[in-house]
Amino acid sequence: MDIPFELLINAIIAGLLLGGFYAAVTVGISISFGMLDIVNIAHPAFILLGSYIAYVINVELGVDPIVVSILVLPAFYALGAFVYQVYYTSFEKYGQESLRGLAFFFGLLFVTEVCLLLVFGVDYRSVDAPYIGSTLALAGFEFPLRLLIPCLVALSLFAGLQIFLSRTFIGRAIMAVSQDPLALRLLAVDPTRIKRIAFGISIATASMAGAILIIIQPVIPSVGRDYIGRIFAICVLGGLGSLPGTLIAALLLGVIESITSVFYGPSWAPAVSFGILLLTLAVRPSGLLGR
Amino acid sequence: MRTPVFILVQLAVAAALFLTFRFINNDYVFFAGYTVLQFIVLSTAWNILGGYCGYVNFGSAGFFALGVYSSVFFYTVSQSLDELVPESVLAPMQAIFPLPLPVLMIIGGIVAGLVGLGTGYLTLRLRGVFFAIATLALAVVLQTFIVNWSFVGGSRGAYVIPPNEIPVFGPYIQFLFFLMLLLVIISLTCARLIERSRLGYGFATIRDDELAAEACGVPTLRLKLIATTLSGALMGMAGAPFPFYIGYVEPGSAFDLSYAVNSIAMPMIGGTTSWAGPLIGAILLGTLQQVATVTISSAVNLLIVGMLLIGFVIVAPNGIVGLWQKWVSRRSSP
Repeated sequence: MDIPFELLINAIIAGLLLGGFYAAVTVGISISFGMLDIVNIAHPAFILLGSYIAYVINVELGVDPIVVSILVLPAFYALGAFVYQVYYTSFEKYGQESLRGLAFFFGLLFVTEVCLLLVFGVDYRSVDAPYIGSTLALAGFEFPLRLLIPCLVALSLFAGLQIFLSRTFIGRAIMAVSQDPLALRLLAVDPTRIKRIAFGISIATASMAGAILIIIQPVIPSVGRDYIGRIFAICVLGGLGSLPGTLIAALLLGVIESITSVFYGPSWAPAVSFGILLLTLAVRPSGLLGR
Repeated sequence: MRTPVFILVQLAVAAALFLTFRFINNDYVFFAGYTVLQFIVLSTAWNILGGYCGYVNFGSAGFFALGVYSSVFFYTVSQSLDELVPESVLAPMQAIFPLPLPVLMIIGGIVAGLVGLGTGYLTLRLRGVFFAIATLALAVVLQTFIVNWSFVGGSRGAYVIPPNEIPVFGPYIQFLFFLMLLLVIISLTCARLIERSRLGYGFATIRDDELAAEACGVPTLRLKLIATTLSGALMGMAGAPFPFYIGYVEPGSAFDLSYAVNSIAMPMIGGTTSWAGPLIGAILLGTLQQVATVTISSAVNLLIVGMLLIGFVIVAPNGIVGLWQKWVSRRSSP
């Protein structure tokens, strides 16, 4: 196939920008699944919740969606801490997390989706911001601001989390908690409290991911399902619990998906992530930067 | 109860049910009953892997849709046989097509079983959650393939026109109902046989402690693959008659998330450790949904299912069967 060079470059640029967004969507799962061993498949539902909150406030008050998402961060953190508390007292304490814990999160995913459906219906909803629709032309290449700004927000979220996790005590405790809870106890740290904080942070990232999701594309309640395969593919490909790995995997998936949809049609894009997921599980289950 | 007796009891109950429905002589009863029976098969199939082995399958909708679309495929082939097949083999092909529905069900079962085997082989060697995630993504990908495959209707959907009447049974829906009733008996018998055999004990060791089972020489991977294949095949068989039931299939309805949710919620609510759990859960939830769909709305009834799933998982981990066992043991030892 004769591929026009310019089209390819633009597809790669769009893919990298999309990849930055995927990184923000996945970072919550990297924390909960990768570091805490909590298979939170309801994460996309929380992201959509973030999208719809950004939508409502944007339409009613005209506030920028990203500003909204930062304002509601504490609320999402509290929600995450609450969900973890329920999960812990009902399942994790008894070692029941594998079957019932999964079913619990699946139910949560489903209930959130149906609630959003009942409130907002099946129409596509989108937000309004001054930068949506304009394009930055740099050195002959086009950077749509609708993708560029979410990508920058995502990268700064990512950098902030990486610094928090590697430099602060709580951050390092989060990285350690699933490996050796006993050692944490010996340091007079309560593993459950650390996990609660970490899970709260992971849900808090969903609010920002949701806001940039609705900037990038209009959303309907069922769109979350498309992201489940994607975020777990990224998380597994990057190596569980490794934030740099997650970022690399997200950029990679973004580029591959973008090229697929430019050259084979967008309806094939969802199959890419699953292919990558299966390939990773079959060939290198520990992922790119896995331990 | 010995197995032959168990089958006889099931046959008697099934016959009584069928005759009662015929006596009521209202097609709607058959339509609603068919849906409930379909859920009994799906939840029993899910439970063979989920309840006995402890491996969660989120992709029930995918396996179900494989059955649905294998039927649609062969129906479309039989509709345009003279275009697809060269002249020389047309006559023998015309003798075979259209394939009878029981054959389609077996084909659907084989297709879904093979996909289950493949997915299981790739992911079951790793930690259990990877299988769960893979099944979740599997449904999305199968849907992508169907949407892009115009021969079976693509995203437009496909019409499957069932005959109005059929000899012996009369209305076609009664024939469908009869087949589904048969499939319910098959899957319940399967589940009960597994429960009381070496296979079932093997499954239980995997559920309780896979590492210890492996160390004792239980061939865990082979057992898990058997469970995945069997479970997938039963789901596929449940899906195969669906196009003839509904008349028009499109990817959105065949891959509906409510199949995945129901086939998890029903065993969880009924109880996952015995064959009776999924049966009770499916009858209760299935009937409740039929009533709620008619009286309230279909979105609200899905909300009810989700809430019940979360509630039961938190409050009653062993479902209705577990609650009942607890009640019985408390009464017998005061």
